[in-house]
Amino acid sequence: MGSKAGDSVDIPPERHAHVRKLLERPGPFTHPEFEPSKEAFDGFSSIVRVLIVGAGGLGCELLKNLSLLGVKQLHVIDMDTIDISNLNRQFLFRMTDVGSSKSETASKFINGRVQGAQVVAHHCKIQDKDSEFYRSFHVIVCGLDSIVARRWLNSMVCSLVEYNEDGSVKEETLIPIIDGGTEGFKGNARVIMPTMSPCIECTLDLYPPQVNFPLCTIANTPRLPEHCIEYVRILQWPKDNPFETETAIDGDDPNHINWIYEKSLERASQFGITGVTYRLTQGVVKRIIPAVASTNAVIAAACATEVFKLATSCSIPMDNYMVFSDVEGIYTYTYKAEKKENCIACSRSVTTLEFPLEVTLQRVIDYLKEDPDYQMKSPGVTAIVNGRNKTLFTHVIEQTKANLSKKMTELGIINNEVITVADETTPVARDFKITYKDAGMES
Amino acid sequence: MTSASPSPKSPEVSEKSKKYDRQLRLWGDHGQNKLERSQVCLINANATGTEILKSLVLPGCGSFVIVDGHRVTQEDIGNNFFLDVDSLNKSRAECAVRLLLELNADVAGEAIADHPDSLLNTDPKFFNRFTVVIGCHLGERVLATLSKVLWESGIPFLHVQTTGMIGWIRIQQNEHTIIESHPDNPKSDLRLDVPFPELVSHMDSIQLENREDTVKTPWLVLLYKALKSYISQGRQNENVSDCSPPERYPFSGKQKTEFKNYLREFLRSVGLEDMDDSFEEALKAVNTAILRTTVPDEVKAILEDAKTSKPENKFWILCAALKEFINDRDGQLPLRGVLPDMTADSEKYIKLQNVYRDKATKDANEIFDKACQIMKQSGKQGLSITVEEVRLFCKESHNLRLIRGYPIHEELASSPNSVLVDLAQNMEECDQELMFYIILRAHLRFHNEYSTYPGSDDSETDISRFKTTMMKMLNEWNTSVVAREDCIHEICRYGGAEIPSVAAFVGGTAAQEVIKIVTNQYVPLDNTFIYNAITSTTRSLKLAADL
Ligand SMILES: [Zn+2]
Repeated sequence: MGSKAGDSVDIPPERHAHVRKLLERPGPFTHPEFEPSKEAFDGFSSIVRVLIVGAGGLGCELLKNLSLLGVKQLHVIDMDTIDISNLNRQFLFRMTDVGSSKSETASKFINGRVQGAQVVAHHCKIQDKDSEFYRSFHVIVCGLDSIVARRWLNSMVCSLVEYNEDGSVKEETLIPIIDGGTEGFKGNARVIMPTMSPCIECTLDLYPPQVNFPLCTIANTPRLPEHCIEYVRILQWPKDNPFETETAIDGDDPNHINWIYEKSLERASQFGITGVTYRLTQGVVKRIIPAVASTNAVIAAACATEVFKLATSCSIPMDNYMVFSDVEGIYTYTYKAEKKENCIACSRSVTTLEFPLEVTLQRVIDYLKEDPDYQMKSPGVTAIVNGRNKTLFTHVIEQTKANLSKKMTELGIINNEVITVADETTPVARDFKITYKDAGMES
Repeated sequence: MTSASPSPKSPEVSEKSKKYDRQLRLWGDHGQNKLERSQVCLINANATGTEILKSLVLPGCGSFVIVDGHRVTQEDIGNNFFLDVDSLNKSRAECAVRLLLELNADVAGEAIADHPDSLLNTDPKFFNRFTVVIGCHLGERVLATLSKVLWESGIPFLHVQTTGMIGWIRIQQNEHTIIESHPDNPKSDLRLDVPFPELVSHMDSIQLENREDTVKTPWLVLLYKALKSYISQGRQNENVSDCSPPERYPFSGKQKTEFKNYLREFLRSVGLEDMDDSFEEALKAVNTAILRTTVPDEVKAILEDAKTSKPENKFWILCAALKEFINDRDGQLPLRGVLPDMTADSEKYIKLQNVYRDKATKDANEIFDKACQIMKQSGKQGLSITVEEVRLFCKESHNLRLIRGYPIHEELASSPNSVLVDLAQNMEECDQELMFYIILRAHLRFHNEYSTYPGSDDSETDISRFKTTMMKMLNEWNTSVVAREDCIHEICRYGGAEIPSVAAFVGGTAAQEVIKIVTNQYVPLDNTFIYNAITSTTRSLKLAADL
């Protein structure tokens, strides 16, 4: 029997001869700090701790690549369970694993296959872990499909950065994030050095908010099959309550999708619209993004290579963004994305927001949700008013809703006052300084 | 629904279409069928090779065969995920087949524990049964022999190699034709400049009387009417110089800006307000919707190909039919019949959409008849062409693609002049990937001479040996290009090592190229790809015989 995970077996050094060659020899393109040696591989292999966020398409590939490169201390975090539609690319899972924990199944597989691998699974939300957990890693690799989760993680890692008294960054508190994303035949890989290269929030405009069909089109003037499906999903479902009252749509329940499909067909034929299919219905309801094994393999590989470079200095890490597409030939473009001077996540400056004097709290909240730079989801606002911490709005406290229609000035927020905003996109609350147009003239 | 019939029964969704759901949204059931009928051969199951197969077995290629005469070493176990500690000293082909088959119960696999050259010796036709052949880390001689055999039998062939941080993919195909190239931004085909009679009569039947009605009218109708009146007033001739023939429609940027001003006034005159959706949409559409109706150059070249006069397969028969159609129609392709979405009343939009769709169906039927005729004339009755196939072909006729290949054995026997010219011109700021291409050529040669990779053992001695090989090669090529010292040192540092993540990158891209080839969808690489993991950059090259 082959040895399994955690066994303190001696792995013959020639096992990793391929990777060792790169670490034992000098080269013209290495990082200036690179010191080739016979011991370099063992040091890298046993010391480096890497966290993989997401055990899906990218996560499975990352686990394979990093464990083959020799990283022993791998952790993987994912709250999801395995679905049948994962099997065309998440290659550590089998039909019999459907329904099991992704992180646990994936770790078990790697530990069984790669001798010496000690992958630790965390079957939970990323928000369930605290800063101490994230601080314990040298590199964090992110293979998420959710933008909110990605933003939360990015803000968490940025918040771990500590500063010296002179304002310079304590380098040992910087944890690089390698982030990968895919969609069909396209993908991107990037290296984020918090405070030094652009973070997720710096380049938030790369993730444009999802565009929905206007409600009046769906309700009154459908033209596309998608309009009919959205009508059934948004308007007809809650009205007809086809299953039990108040049952939310479960995109994985074939009965639900069937019902929506059939009703959408009916609506489409009323309007002479063609093209409603079961597959389209499912795609619209679940907002399915196409995915294929190869793109995941490519992007995860690019990310793993960057981890390897960062951890060993055997080459200079990418600075800082690569896009990939193989729709036509094989295309990549590597460039230096720009850092945002007053980024809310990775800079220390407090952002100033300017509004007209009569601005309401509602308008401020809408701004934080709609502005492409912030794209918050459900911001809650607090402020120190007259020396006391006061909650101006949070969706969990009914009474605060009355504040929404009030002017900021009525709520005690005078010119240059700071409000603190909490949101699911970040583990740490954000401060914003509020100023009013023409306020200077009045005071 | 108006009838009292029960609502249609939802289709049974098979386990298989659930499993493949995310990729079926990219290449469809017809693409999947082709993939499932494919038989792939991999020569050498090293890290790069098994990575390629992984991304072919997962989406469900029909079957694969691994040809590999090597036994599994400790090094193999260390960098190849599809070999485990129990594989040591066993046949690499057999072990890799076993672990790859775990990935997908719908795929068949077979191991042949032999080297490709001995297979070719005993059975020169051995490789002819495959849909596509992939060779990894082949020696120069085997590579040339295989290239020749596969070129003659018309079987697509990929040579894939990773060395340290450098990857190399070379695709050899005699001819590859694509109907569904899936361009990222397909051009609209609305025929505003050459409206067909059905469109004219539909447009003429619409009256823009009051605002209430106009706000519900698709912008395409508004644009048509505005254009018609713009043209009839002769506004377009104002700024045309004498030497060029007057352009009736606003195709150029300058003309479009002018026309937009006219359009604004027109829209206001039919009762629209600046803030109306149709108002904004109509103005926006000026850039994308008013296009000169032409046959794209790429399609023209295909139709001028000699094969259209002697069509040997479905694609060329359809092209021959298309060519006749275009000649009949004064240079117009069949209508695509696709209308973009636009704010409008459902009925008005659907009516307009049907005008386009009906015309597209009519065009396709005409081409179908022509294709049947050509099939008969050229003695290809054995082929069967369905109306659905012709409709798809017509819909995609703007995006047809043809790739004519260049055999690897010819590449190996000559100097890569285009690359050398490019390098010679930019010696100072030379493109690392181009430099690595010529270094990889020397790398193949070195392996041929010494049966080992430069830097396999002592990289210092190998550097000078490798330089000698390199210099000899450049001399033969009669070029002034000098190999860069740093790149030579770097390649010798690798000693032929395969880095797992580099193998995974190259393996993933190569696998997708295979899928493009067997599904005849999307556009494959033509024909050389260099991956540089040092700088995380890539370069695609088209190597070709000198004219
Ligand atoms: Zn930032």
